[in-house]
Amino acid sequence: MRLWQEFYKGLLKENPILVLALGLCPTLAVSTSLKNALGMGLSATFVLISSNVLISLVKSFIPSRVRIPSYIVIIATFVTIVELVMEAYFPALYKQLGIFVPLIVVNCIILGRAEAFASRRGVVESFLDGLGMGIGFTLTLSVIGLVREVLGAGKIWGYPVSLDFVPVLMFALPPGALLVLGLLLILKQVGDRR
Amino acid sequence: MSAKILSLFILNVFTANFILFRFLGMCPFIGVSRQKRPAFFMSLAVIFVMVFSSVITWFLYNYVLLPYHLEYMRTVAFILVIASAVQMIDMVMLKTMPALHRTLGIYLPLITTNCAVLGVTVLNIDMFVNGGRPVPGGFWLAVLQGLFAGLGFMLAMMIMSGIRERLDVVDLPESVKGIPIAFIVASLLSLSFMAFNGL
Repeated sequence: MRLWQEFYKGLLKENPILVLALGLCPTLAVSTSLKNALGMGLSATFVLISSNVLISLVKSFIPSRVRIPSYIVIIATFVTIVELVMEAYFPALYKQLGIFVPLIVVNCIILGRAEAFASRRGVVESFLDGLGMGIGFTLTLSVIGLVREVLGAGKIWGYPVSLDFVPVLMFALPPGALLVLGLLLILKQVGDRR
Repeated sequence: MSAKILSLFILNVFTANFILFRFLGMCPFIGVSRQKRPAFFMSLAVIFVMVFSSVITWFLYNYVLLPYHLEYMRTVAFILVIASAVQMIDMVMLKTMPALHRTLGIYLPLITTNCAVLGVTVLNIDMFVNGGRPVPGGFWLAVLQGLFAGLGFMLAMMIMSGIRERLDVVDLPESVKGIPIAFIVASLLSLSFMAFNGL
């Protein structure tokens, strides 16, 4: 029951984007379409789970003074794996996400969970925490991606929504990303107040 | 060359502003922009780290990683350079400028996970190394890009913190206060920066 909680909290109660306001750069930059959002979300989830598990395994060997650099190296290793795999098997997605694939390293969610959770908890709990946070991140990213793709390009997963819908270009551009996330945050706040 | 530098300046500060267009360095932009003073010092430190790591990563990539075919180590190597640069600046500042160190204190370590810094170093390599060879004058272009990206960061930070200081005294609905309104403001700012596009 308690383990289930570790997984569940990342989805809404401690959602990394909506509540903790972490990992904002990739959220805003790659959420131009549902496909990109899902690709980024799943990559980050993989890194999050792997680094959480590895860090909780080796935490007792790492002196606390050099823990942050050590965590970053562990995270960077998994990010490099993602980079190479994505470049080999999903070249189109790799090109779309561009600079934001190596930048998963500095996604504050991952270092944040390593420092706040994996460095003091067991392996199973860390795995579930990583999974929950990753899915929470992916879901939020996908919602933003979906809204922006529908409004900005008039498409869902690359297929046109309707023939006579005129896309609002702004939503495909950076201001649209900030606006959609801002409105989503307001919605969350209003929901919390109810 | 000077035309190239000017266009690099306009690109990084206005048309492809690091925060408002490329979405790099979003966390400090939202987190540290509540007041003007810390925002200013944070931007100064970021400019410094950006220039410094642009220099080091340029040499590291072109003279160590490329000759030994270790390009895939780029991400790991760069983040280590940035982390040590930040650590070093932290120590130097503590010794030589204790007053400024106190003001900046908590923001300094945060720069390591500022994606704008890793972003500019990766961007330098993507833009100025072509097929395993640096373009002519690439080193200076990379250093200048580091500087200009930092200046663009500072510009956005100063505008944002100026607006948010005033927003504090505005009567807003409870659920909009704080971070949500910051995003709406950022959206409008980004929209107005899009107007630079014809430049």
